[in-house]
Amino acid sequence: MLSLIIFIPLLAALGILLGAPARKTALGAAAAEFLLTLFTFLSYDKAKAGFQFLSSTPIAPEWNLNYLVGVDGLSVLMLLLTGIVTLAAIWVTPKIEKREPLYYACLLFITAGAAGAFASVDLFFLYAFHELALIPTFLLIGIWGSGERHTAAWKITIYLGLGSFILLIGLLDLYLAVPEALRTFNLIDLQKLATSGAIPAAAQTRPYIFLLIGFGILISLFPFHTWAPAAYASAPTPAAMLHAGVLKKFGLYGLMRVALPLLPEGAKHWANLLLILLVGNIIYVGFATIAQKKLDLLLGYSSVMHMGYIFLGVAAMNTIGLSGAALLMFAHGLSIAALFAMAGMLRENRPQLALDSFGGLAKPMPALAFAFGLAAFASIGLPGFANFASEMTVFFGAYKPAAGLDASHFHLAVIFALWGVVISAVYMLRAYRAIFMGEPSKEAAAWPDPFKALRWPVVLLLAVLLIAGFAPGKFLSLVQPTFDAVLPK
Amino acid sequence: MIPSLSLEITVLLLGILMLLVESFSRSDDKRGLAKMAIGILSALVGFSFFVDPASGNAFYAVDATAHFFKVLALLTTIVVLIMALEYSSVLAKYLPGVTPGAGLGEFYSLPVFTCAGLMFMASAVDFLLIFVSLELVTISFYILVAYMRRHTASLEAGVKYLILGALSTGFLVYGITWIFGLTGETNLAAIQHALATKAVATTPLLFGLMLLLTGLGFKVAAVPFQLWVPDVYQGAPTPITAFLSVGSKAAGFVVLLRVLQPFLGVPGVGVKVLAVLALMAALTMLYGNLAALPQDNFKRLLAYSSIGHAGYLLVAVASVSDTKATFGSAGVAVGFYLAGYLLMTLLSFLVLIVVARHSRGDDILHFNGLAKRSPFLAFALLTAMLSLAGVPFTAGFIGKFLVFAAAVQAGKFWLVAIGILTVAAGFYYYLRIVAAMYWHEPGDTTPITIAPLTRTAIGALTFAVFVFGIFPQPILRQLKDPAPLPATPVHTAAR
Repeated sequence: MLSLIIFIPLLAALGILLGAPARKTALGAAAAEFLLTLFTFLSYDKAKAGFQFLSSTPIAPEWNLNYLVGVDGLSVLMLLLTGIVTLAAIWVTPKIEKREPLYYACLLFITAGAAGAFASVDLFFLYAFHELALIPTFLLIGIWGSGERHTAAWKITIYLGLGSFILLIGLLDLYLAVPEALRTFNLIDLQKLATSGAIPAAAQTRPYIFLLIGFGILISLFPFHTWAPAAYASAPTPAAMLHAGVLKKFGLYGLMRVALPLLPEGAKHWANLLLILLVGNIIYVGFATIAQKKLDLLLGYSSVMHMGYIFLGVAAMNTIGLSGAALLMFAHGLSIAALFAMAGMLRENRPQLALDSFGGLAKPMPALAFAFGLAAFASIGLPGFANFASEMTVFFGAYKPAAGLDASHFHLAVIFALWGVVISAVYMLRAYRAIFMGEPSKEAAAWPDPFKALRWPVVLLLAVLLIAGFAPGKFLSLVQPTFDAVLPK
Repeated sequence: MIPSLSLEITVLLLGILMLLVESFSRSDDKRGLAKMAIGILSALVGFSFFVDPASGNAFYAVDATAHFFKVLALLTTIVVLIMALEYSSVLAKYLPGVTPGAGLGEFYSLPVFTCAGLMFMASAVDFLLIFVSLELVTISFYILVAYMRRHTASLEAGVKYLILGALSTGFLVYGITWIFGLTGETNLAAIQHALATKAVATTPLLFGLMLLLTGLGFKVAAVPFQLWVPDVYQGAPTPITAFLSVGSKAAGFVVLLRVLQPFLGVPGVGVKVLAVLALMAALTMLYGNLAALPQDNFKRLLAYSSIGHAGYLLVAVASVSDTKATFGSAGVAVGFYLAGYLLMTLLSFLVLIVVARHSRGDDILHFNGLAKRSPFLAFALLTAMLSLAGVPFTAGFIGKFLVFAAAVQAGKFWLVAIGILTVAAGFYYYLRIVAAMYWHEPGDTTPITIAPLTRTAIGALTFAVFVFGIFPQPILRQLKDPAPLPATPVHTAAR
């Protein structure tokens, strides 16, 4: 069934390229994807924990390489995120004037890549599937993007190409850190080896720093973040939703799944470096966000900034911090996708999305103003939304990090991160005021409310955010066993 | 079971037969000749699986590596002949002759001789046979590169290749004589035995080896012996450029692997040779990839890219270690990389020939909007570019994976760091082609017609790039045997 989740978008994309009706096929595939991920999510047996729905096909027996898929609490949550955001992204796609089939095929390739990466329990395929999304992004931004689209496309592609290659070196180094006879790509086996101490502590620091930088570039870790805002601002709306909402989470997922549990000593060795960088994400990028004058760039920067919180949960290396980070990944994915979707609706009227070109839109577009307000509140981290619950969990976790980490450094980082919440309130509310408050210009007063036609995708995203916000325990208890099992006691 | 040598003999006879037909046939249209050669060579690929493993001798090894490289040589030649058919109309323009098409038969028969040379080389385990087969390859290339006699660029390329090729041959022979003088042997296994049993002065041995490396460096286009590459690649007829960049490189590397083996175990020599190779690898990666960045001509870009790939291959050679490598020896990495390189490079050149014929030029801007003119060709070239850049699920990725796994395992992290830089550069210049094809509007909207044989070849190569990128196993199984010297008592004694 997990293979279906990977191959349905892939086959749909090929079908579209070979001449199937583009939008219908894509929407059908996205709906199937959503239902399948939801079904997997619901049928995952929490009581048993561990990896479920495993299925394996040998690829290169000599290297012990298999195409192995399976899900545990963490990956099933990420798959659900993929399903929801894919459906929303394809749903809100406006009419495409040129080369529609290629457009939808690219979107579906991104989905397939993300789903494959989250469902793989094998390092090789986890890595390979993620790269499936690289070229479609390049084409989507370069062909259908807006503004400085060519510059943005080059930047994201070369950055991510570079990041993934550093990641590959890290993975090879990790693979070779295991004693010769035991080497494997299989994550379950690797985890057993790591838990039993087969990876010597001295051999952990080098692979970890490669992985941290490699994954870090994919996540837009400060100072490797400059590709992200430009790319998201230029990308067509669905591409920005999928990339900021889902694909960027792959790097964090990789840290949680590979780097941290397999190389705990390495993680401890580099913890202070990560703390400095993540404070850079929160404070430096936070101030950069406040300075933005265009909505798309503002959202791009804000999504980079919020990665800092997730890094904080990861850095804490305890179950509370990591579970909070996992839930925050889910919540951030939904809220940023909703925000980008609505920014895309505003783009119809003002392609530049300059904040001062709007004003008073609450009057002509009450529904959009309301929904945008909800999404903005979620993004700031107001109670009631999953973002709040998870950010709180992250802060709790980070305040008392795992043994062997310097708690005083974490205290400092938490204090900075709390200021980050204020920073996000500043820029989000300022943007909201500039767009929706005040009196609309004459021209703007006559604009129709775009939300009516396209409400369901955003409603879907916000509804899940609220559900997870009111019942975070359901989601946290799903991911906790994963981290309990892998974290060093 | 057939004796292994019969494969090479058949290829040579085929070449001679083609020359005779060219000389005595009254018909001007020699395309049938090329098609016949394609058929016979394809059959030989099949026959090569039934050779008698015991049919080797002290000169001529019959092992899995030899078989692997023979199949590579045959497949390359087949695709080159398909390219030559596609290219014949361009070629005819630059040939002196009363009737169009006259003189094309030689253009089809010379690659067959090259193929024979490449096949001999795959089995050669004696310096004499190595040298003779390398010359068979090189001399047929001298003619082929300068084949377009009324095209100044082709003539210039021919002269450059001739002079530098002859020079490198000189280095090679001189290196062989030094080693012969020190060990009294030309056979590689015997040399290994001599080095293990006799006390041999290391300084002259290193001198001889450096001369050898210089000669082979020219063949594989490694820095600092790469200066001939861009002009020769750009000036030569495109099918020959493809043949040079694949065949010549494969030959150089198989010889390099075989020749190095006896010397690696010698104290004070092996380490130094590997250090020199690592330095060459670093420079070659940097030069090839950085110089490719500003190129606007696709053929020239592929020339620089070919230098860059030689760099990656040298990384694998330089990472040979005594400990058993997890993914197999450097021989496996080199073999797989070459196989992937063959597929993706031939694919690029095939598409280039078709597009250049329709767009009357081989600059990058001639590929603008190819996705609209011919989605099939654009997708094929996209595949080739992704594979060259090393994106997963393509054969090129598995090659890079193996090469860098070898480097990481050998602990050569400074090489890895340079590799990271050059791979990022590669992403830029390979994707420039993709951007031209998919982002930009076509300047010329006439649809592109493709001959059925060419279309089949392009389809098959595209498919193969993906298949071996997902299931590397068939190639890995062929390469399992890491290029041992012939199993003589000498060999075991040396260990």
